[in-house]
Amino acid sequence: MKLENIFSIYQAMEESGIILSFKGDVTSDLLTSVLQIMENKLESIQEEPKVKKKVYHVLVECLQNLYHHMDEIPSHINGKERSAIFMIGKTDEGYSILTGNYILNENVLGLKKRMDDINALTKEELKEYYKEVLANGEISMKGGGGLGIIDIARKSGEKLAYEFLPIANNISFFILNIKIINKSS
Amino acid sequence: MNKLEVEATPKTPYLMFDPKNKTIIIKGRSIPENSVQFYTPVLNALDQWIQEKTKDKVTVSVQLEYFNTSSSKCILDIFKKLQELNKNGAQIDVTWIYEKDDEDMMEAGQDYQTIVGIQFKMVETEE
Repeated sequence: MKLENIFSIYQAMEESGIILSFKGDVTSDLLTSVLQIMENKLESIQEEPKVKKKVYHVLVECLQNLYHHMDEIPSHINGKERSAIFMIGKTDEGYSILTGNYILNENVLGLKKRMDDINALTKEELKEYYKEVLANGEISMKGGGGLGIIDIARKSGEKLAYEFLPIANNISFFILNIKIINKSS
Repeated sequence: MNKLEVEATPKTPYLMFDPKNKTIIIKGRSIPENSVQFYTPVLNALDQWIQEKTKDKVTVSVQLEYFNTSSSKCILDIFKKLQELNKNGAQIDVTWIYEKDDEDMMEAGQDYQTIVGIQFKMVETEE
């Protein structure tokens, strides 16, 4: 990488209000550290307890989503090591949590439909849907059995914003952008 | 079955399971990547009580600050087993403790009550 690029990356992150970012293998230990760092940051800027809880909660689900789904691309397809990206930003209106990871094209339509379905629900419907999936969904060894993305939408209170970038004939890059708006500001 | 006591970690709650007094305490935050692994000892112990058809009163106290969706399934499994014990004739006393103003945690408690049909004692604490 050209050294000048470091400054452009820095500037781009500065402009977007990024307070923490990471690119690489997402491990359980890494998540423990990141959550600890974010908790301290939220504490030191004396964020409102309600907002603090919400940001933390959504962050846990977003990062654990990455953790659970990173394995889905075998490295021989990707040609790369296990790797993903996430960024946490703070703007005047609140917080944003961005995640990016590779996804098999065969899973794109299903995930897209799932997010569109969730985005079509009202706050009340989302609450009921969560309860329904919790009560009837099968427990999965991986995580909450599809509850994660519903919970993210429910807790953030905003629509799920996403993008799928075609990378190769069988893989895409999935970007999820979750906003947590600070209603009181 | 021995008493089980696990200290809290940044990702898992304090967990106490006392077979003698039939008491379960869960307190703290529950956000492990693999919740099944963490909750299996409790679920196994509850299975044993179900098999023994215990009619002893079971006292459960849940005070969670945060829990992830992976834990929410395991917590539901605990309540489902308690519901079974209740059907066998055991009295089940569940106290759900949440911080004042934490609507999400209060709602989570209400959701569990509706799903399993056990009445919880809802207790609000000061932050």
